[in-house]
Amino acid sequence: MVKNKKSFFVGSPYYIWMIIFIVVPMLMVAYYSFTDIDGNFTLENIKNLSEYADTFVLSIFLGAVATLICLIIAYPLAFMISRSKASTQKMMIMLVMLPMWMNLLLRTYSWMTIIEDTGIINSLLSKIGIGPFHMINTAGAVVLGMVYNFLPYMILPLYSAMTKIDKNVLEAAEDLGANMFQRVFKVIFPLSVPGVVSGITMVFVPSVSTFYISQKLGGTGYTLIGDVIDTQFLNSGRNMGATLSLVLMVLILLCMLLMNQFASNEEEAMLV
Amino acid sequence: MKNKIIDLHNITVAFDGEKVLDGIDLSIEDGQFVTLLGPSGCGKTTTLRIIGGFISPDSGDVFFDGKRINDLPAYKRQVSTIFQRYALFPHLNVYDNIAFGLRVQKVPKNEIAERVAEVIKMVNLSGFEKRKIDSLSGGQQQRVAIARAIVTRPKVLLLDEPLAALDLKLRKDMQVELKNIQRQLGITFIFVTHDQEEALSMSDVVVVMDGGKIQQIGTPEDIYNEPVNAFVADFIGESNIVDGIMIEDNLVKFAGQKIRCVDKGFGKNEPVDVVIRPEDIDVVSPNESPLSGLVTAVTFKGVHFEAIVDVDNFKWMIQTTDMIKEGQEIGLLLNPDDMHVMRKSEYSGMFGDYSSFSDEMDYISDPDYVEDEESEEVAEAEE
Ligand SMILES: Nc1ncnc2c1ncn2[C@@H]1O[C@H](COP(=O)(O)OP(=O)(O)OP(=O)(O)O)[C@@H](O)[C@H]1O
Ligand SMILES: [Mg+2]
Repeated sequence: MVKNKKSFFVGSPYYIWMIIFIVVPMLMVAYYSFTDIDGNFTLENIKNLSEYADTFVLSIFLGAVATLICLIIAYPLAFMISRSKASTQKMMIMLVMLPMWMNLLLRTYSWMTIIEDTGIINSLLSKIGIGPFHMINTAGAVVLGMVYNFLPYMILPLYSAMTKIDKNVLEAAEDLGANMFQRVFKVIFPLSVPGVVSGITMVFVPSVSTFYISQKLGGTGYTLIGDVIDTQFLNSGRNMGATLSLVLMVLILLCMLLMNQFASNEEEAMLV
Repeated sequence: MKNKIIDLHNITVAFDGEKVLDGIDLSIEDGQFVTLLGPSGCGKTTTLRIIGGFISPDSGDVFFDGKRINDLPAYKRQVSTIFQRYALFPHLNVYDNIAFGLRVQKVPKNEIAERVAEVIKMVNLSGFEKRKIDSLSGGQQQRVAIARAIVTRPKVLLLDEPLAALDLKLRKDMQVELKNIQRQLGITFIFVTHDQEEALSMSDVVVVMDGGKIQQIGTPEDIYNEPVNAFVADFIGESNIVDGIMIEDNLVKFAGQKIRCVDKGFGKNEPVDVVIRPEDIDVVSPNESPLSGLVTAVTFKGVHFEAIVDVDNFKWMIQTTDMIKEGQEIGLLLNPDDMHVMRKSEYSGMFGDYSSFSDEMDYISDPDYVEDEESEEVAEAEE
């Protein structure tokens, strides 16, 4: 009892922090979702959601594609980094993180100038007589932006899960007759599942809710849910925007629950 | 002559330019219990890894059953390893850990169930099949490691200090169990330890290593009774090692005495190291022996007393069941059978004196030394 009181006392600044900055804002989002502009209770916002169904589907689809591509790129890379010499590891991780230190807007802008119809790629190609290719304002461009911006968030958790895999355990698998593929599928992958789960979470969530990347690289044809929320808050008041945010949150939560369920089969006997 | 299952020819391995194994030659007969014994860092694990296929030698050849296997990857070798720190699969339960090797080898399902059940019984893990690895005690994890390694029916089992993490009692039990398992399976065990008692009690053949080289290969009795150099004599059990001169066959001179011994085949007046095991020294009254001295320390060891006796400042260790006391003057009697004479080696002078080394002790290295009382500080007994 005494101990509990004490730990509550020590933790109290954090509880206060969490209440002010997490619980209260959530309650406010919920409040705005179910009220109209004058603050009266209404289900109108919920009814209007159907207008945005396509946008939700597109956002989740592009977010999922970007997440998958990140996973495919990051997995072998993270494994290679985790098995290299300590000094190489440090340098590679540094390189992975380097773009993260640059502003997201800047990174996205630079992609614009690269893939525009008159951008760097097309002007180079035109010199050798090919193109121009239309790349900007396509779904591919949006996914490219997501992958480029969020790839480090996939690599880092994978890398940290993989460095925890004991070298001896891999040798034991080899010793028992497992060839390289069997070692990857029966030992390395199951042991890296925690990293896969957190990597997917960390890429999927910002991808689904992004608005800037889709505006700059997708033009008007690929308006995502983040863009809609953005315009709602700027132009038509908070209520519809809040409802969309709430629904997005619930959808992401469902996706995560689904995936955790999926992963826990793999993870069944996992430590921690 | 049984066939050689493992044959190492002049194996050399270097890490970062530093030689870790230096010209290892080792033949292991099928079905033997062979122990690699040596201090930490002497290259035991490296030797096992050469046999297991996890490192390839810089030079030299590895033969398995007569075939050169230098380039055969580990997963194709009929060798299983029990790793120094078990290396069990943390994501699998006990059953799946044990079944792993059979599954990757695509053994039919019903046969897997049979064979896993069989080894689980052999290592006394019945009822633990569904348990997670991290919920097992060290001893149980050890058993899983053993079961996992033997279920694939390897021809050779490599065991890297498998008992090092267990407490003394469990360790003794496991020694017996491992020996039983080896008899039941009839396969070759190559066992690594730095515990000399373990090595002597379990092995058919002991391989003593130091500094990346094999010092001696022999039966436990050979290694104990006829060590080839001061390192082996000191590493295997307690020993007093003194400088001597082999006057002729069966006559050695040391500490100013000429003493009959059973060793022969040395050159005339060849300088040698003489080993006398503490338990071979008889305690008599001082006037019954040319070697006599003051008891400076006595430790009760259960079965016997262990005492340090200062004979002209050379500290002898003796073990006796007789009651002796600190400060007592006693005589030490040596029988011809009790001495073992060794050729000089790079290890001469490094071991076998139970005191700290200092200049005062140098005269004992002089076989012609004749007793001559000097007032010298008594060097402190070691350990
Ligand atoms: N991968 C490696 N890189 C560099 N040096 C190594 C490597 N593996 C082993 N060594 C060195 O080789 C020497 C022998 O190591 P090894 O593991 O064979 O010793 P060991 O006899 O098994 O010792 P222990 O009883 O402590 O396990 C040590 O000095 C060790 O530092
Ligand atoms: Mg070792």
